[in-house]
Amino acid sequence: MAETRDSADLAATMYDGGREAVPASGASAAIKGENAGPGGIPIDIRVTSERIDAGAVTSVLAGSGAVGALVTFTGYCRDEGGRLKALELEHYPGMAERQIEKIAREAVTRWPILGCAAIHRYGLIAPGEEIVLVACSSAHRGAAFEAASFLMDFMKTSAPFWKREHLVDGTIGGWVETKDTDDAATDRWHRL
Amino acid sequence: MKLAYFAWVRERIGIAEEEVALPAGVVTVGDLLYWLKGRGETYDAALQAPEIIRVAIDHEHVDHSEPLAGAREVAIFPPMTGG
Repeated sequence: MAETRDSADLAATMYDGGREAVPASGASAAIKGENAGPGGIPIDIRVTSERIDAGAVTSVLAGSGAVGALVTFTGYCRDEGGRLKALELEHYPGMAERQIEKIAREAVTRWPILGCAAIHRYGLIAPGEEIVLVACSSAHRGAAFEAASFLMDFMKTSAPFWKREHLVDGTIGGWVETKDTDDAATDRWHRL
Repeated sequence: MKLAYFAWVRERIGIAEEEVALPAGVVTVGDLLYWLKGRGETYDAALQAPEIIRVAIDHEHVDHSEPLAGAREVAIFPPMTGG
């Protein structure tokens, strides 16, 4: 356990150095959370209307010799068979960042991860564009996979974002409804 | 107390936020939803099914049994669909 913590501290130092060199994508619109979670593990939280540069995020997370695994998940806007022109993402500024950060801090305490990023967009998002990016790095793949999955499940059910469809025919469609499968996915973590 | 509305709750009520003075007897989140629902057609349309409505006090999720005392901002919204 002590060994894990030492590695995490070392990794955090190295990440912080790397972070300076990598410009945040859409820094002007991005709202950044705390840079360090429990144990100095870097947590990159952003709520932004700008495109997410996955390469920049992952290169920061993977840029340490302590990292043996990096899992990223990117959620994209589908065109729904050509019906959809865009998804509109409404969010609750302030609470969105706070809830995502809370989820990320929980992930850091539950798994021996070395760094994580959770970035969610708002505004109009065209099919093919990313909506959300979650990334977790760890010494081994198990923790990175699980932590990323946990982060994503909770992002869907506790981060205050709402999707509405804008259709190709110019009309604004309905608000997307919650899926029971999302709640079930979140609930399974309570049973662990 | 400031109330903030989001997504279809905001659309149905017709405003994004407002300041309200709570009448005596409105103690919990559930009381607040019930009181709001009686304020007019738009509120009634937004809060037809209060059991599915989610509420946050000062940016934290709360149950409908939560007391409102000390709350600065109460947000009322549908289940979240981000990600």
